[in-house]
Amino acid sequence: MNKIQKLILVLLSSITLLFSSVSTSFAKVEGDTITLGSAISLTGKYATNGEHTQRGYDLGVKIINDAGGVKVGGKKYKLAVKYYDDESNSAKAAALAQRLIEQDGIQYMLGPYGSGLTIAIAPVTEKFGVPMVEANGASRALFTKGYKYLFAVLNSADQYLNSAVDLMATKKKGATVALAFEQDSFSLDVKLGVMDRIKAHGMKVVIDDALPKELNDMTATLQKVKALKPDLLVVSGHSKGAMTAIKQMTDLKVDVSMLAMTHCDAAAINKNLGGGGEYAICAAQWHKSLSYEDEFFGSGKDYAKLFESIYKYDPPYQAAESSAALLVFKSAFEKANSFDKDKVRDALAKTDMKTFYGGIKFNKSGQNTSKPMVLFQVQDGKNAVVAPVKWAEAKLIYPIPKWADRK
Amino acid sequence: MILLQAPFLNLQALLDGVMVGSIFALVAYGMALVWGVMNIINVAQGEYVILGGYITFGIYKLGVSPIYGMPFSFLFLFILGYILYRLIVFRVVDKDMFISILATFGISIMIQQFMNMFFGSQVETALTGLGTIFFFDGNITIALVKVFSFVISILGAIAVIYFMRVSKLGRAIRATAQNPRAARILGVDTEKVYAYTYAINAGLCGLAGSLVAMTYTLHPYIGLPYTVRSFMIVIIAGLGNIPGVLVSGLGLGAIEEFSAYLIGSEFRIGVIFSLLVIILVYRSKKLAKKREYLK
Repeated sequence: MNKIQKLILVLLSSITLLFSSVSTSFAKVEGDTITLGSAISLTGKYATNGEHTQRGYDLGVKIINDAGGVKVGGKKYKLAVKYYDDESNSAKAAALAQRLIEQDGIQYMLGPYGSGLTIAIAPVTEKFGVPMVEANGASRALFTKGYKYLFAVLNSADQYLNSAVDLMATKKKGATVALAFEQDSFSLDVKLGVMDRIKAHGMKVVIDDALPKELNDMTATLQKVKALKPDLLVVSGHSKGAMTAIKQMTDLKVDVSMLAMTHCDAAAINKNLGGGGEYAICAAQWHKSLSYEDEFFGSGKDYAKLFESIYKYDPPYQAAESSAALLVFKSAFEKANSFDKDKVRDALAKTDMKTFYGGIKFNKSGQNTSKPMVLFQVQDGKNAVVAPVKWAEAKLIYPIPKWADRK
Repeated sequence: MILLQAPFLNLQALLDGVMVGSIFALVAYGMALVWGVMNIINVAQGEYVILGGYITFGIYKLGVSPIYGMPFSFLFLFILGYILYRLIVFRVVDKDMFISILATFGISIMIQQFMNMFFGSQVETALTGLGTIFFFDGNITIALVKVFSFVISILGAIAVIYFMRVSKLGRAIRATAQNPRAARILGVDTEKVYAYTYAINAGLCGLAGSLVAMTYTLHPYIGLPYTVRSFMIVIIAGLGNIPGVLVSGLGLGAIEEFSAYLIGSEFRIGVIFSLLVIILVYRSKKLAKKREYLK
């Protein structure tokens, strides 16, 4: 090959490269369809919850479209979502968010699954001024950076287990507490809230253990709990923490008066552990037995029925909050009566609505302030809501019966 | 200091540590074998363990006691190890160590993703229903399943040592480890020896995984700690020191458990790593001295 041929080849290939990277960017509203975008974990370690999230979104889209869609400027539009798989990888999620906005022309985003990934995406949507409604990022770090285009329908992590500490305070004055927290940003936020309540109630922390990331053995912590006999044990280490704690508490017959955890609902742990999870108190964003309602999904129970008829399992709260995000977008589009992303953003900021998932109203930093966390206790193998007391369907069983007294 | 306030906890920590350590030692046996014979550091060790755990978990899901899962985990992983050797590992046996680390790292990622697709990313565990025993007025509590794991691990370790001493394949493996060329000249089919060594390693990991599924919890991404710890155990025992692996495994388990009481669970691995650095520095000092004598 001579020099000129080579030069032409290089030129040609660079031109094709250039074209492929600028490729056609289609608008966010085409014909009668509004396309939202989301990078979501369909593979990798968050795949299970990523799938719950996606199903929640899809169900939201379906319900809104079936009910006639979104009405803007007197015309009805259908909703659609463009997904990419972020492989549970935050660097990839940020890159995909950029691709959705720059190449696919997406102007409205739905959040990914999990705090870490939402933290990775938020700077991107913020930079492009694209409003994002997210339903699965609870870390406090999302709300302290002054983001203007981020709206979260869920409670932030520092509210997760506060009401469990409050419940404890109603049962015993000056109770002793053992804490076992993983050292990730989510669990540390949970701890911040819990410590705050502990101080307010004048309780005493007797064990404060940090759990490693590769968590599958809590023997040392639990042996300390056995020796010091605190009234309340609080564990936050995602589902692996919940599972390990319950399994080993069963194995070692650890007795406490109250056990409060995060992430112990989605895993259906109790069933897997042959009843070992009985009496554990779990924090959740939502539960189907709560009496909230809206015109699209009806009540929580209706939502659960619909979800189960399609996906063949009980909806976890990750799905419910994701569906709620779609309702928020619909109402914002209609209120803004425009597709201008800044107008939609302003309409989102003014959201004040009731949904089957609970009230939704955002404060300045995009947090939903109108919905409390839910606590449920595993009673007879079922999740029974015990707090907030106003919506509770069951009474808290306190103290937890000792292992020696159980059958 | 909680260990001083409750002296029973010292014994408890020691027992817990030794029982954890025995499972790690079993994994480390396999690693020592592959490392010593084939000069390969198998980074996929932890993934074999977890996969073995999932096999047992699968059997448990069928409604059978997970204890019967052990032979299946061993066999499945043994066969998988053999296949992986014939497909991939044989290509890197006499290559640079870096290449083999890369290849086994690739295998580990493949297995992780496979487990995630097949079993899902939720946390799982298998129940044996073995119960709990108490000593000293309930001051010492031990889950029987841990005792069971301990016994199986020790038996497994003894079986490996015995097998290496007595059987024909064991002798061939030892010969190949000492000098592959000489072994080949004397009629040992080293390819076959390598394949079986790798398969035995995977099988041991599978057995350990079966114990992990019963004693602890499983999810597709928890393999790394097993790889790291078995690596430590082999380093501390010294390469080629097969009986030393057991002692080093139990010891490390105990040290880890005590460090969890003394400075906190989050430093467990940190303590082990610091210990590794100290031992390596000490060894190199000792070697340097030897070199001086020789001069």
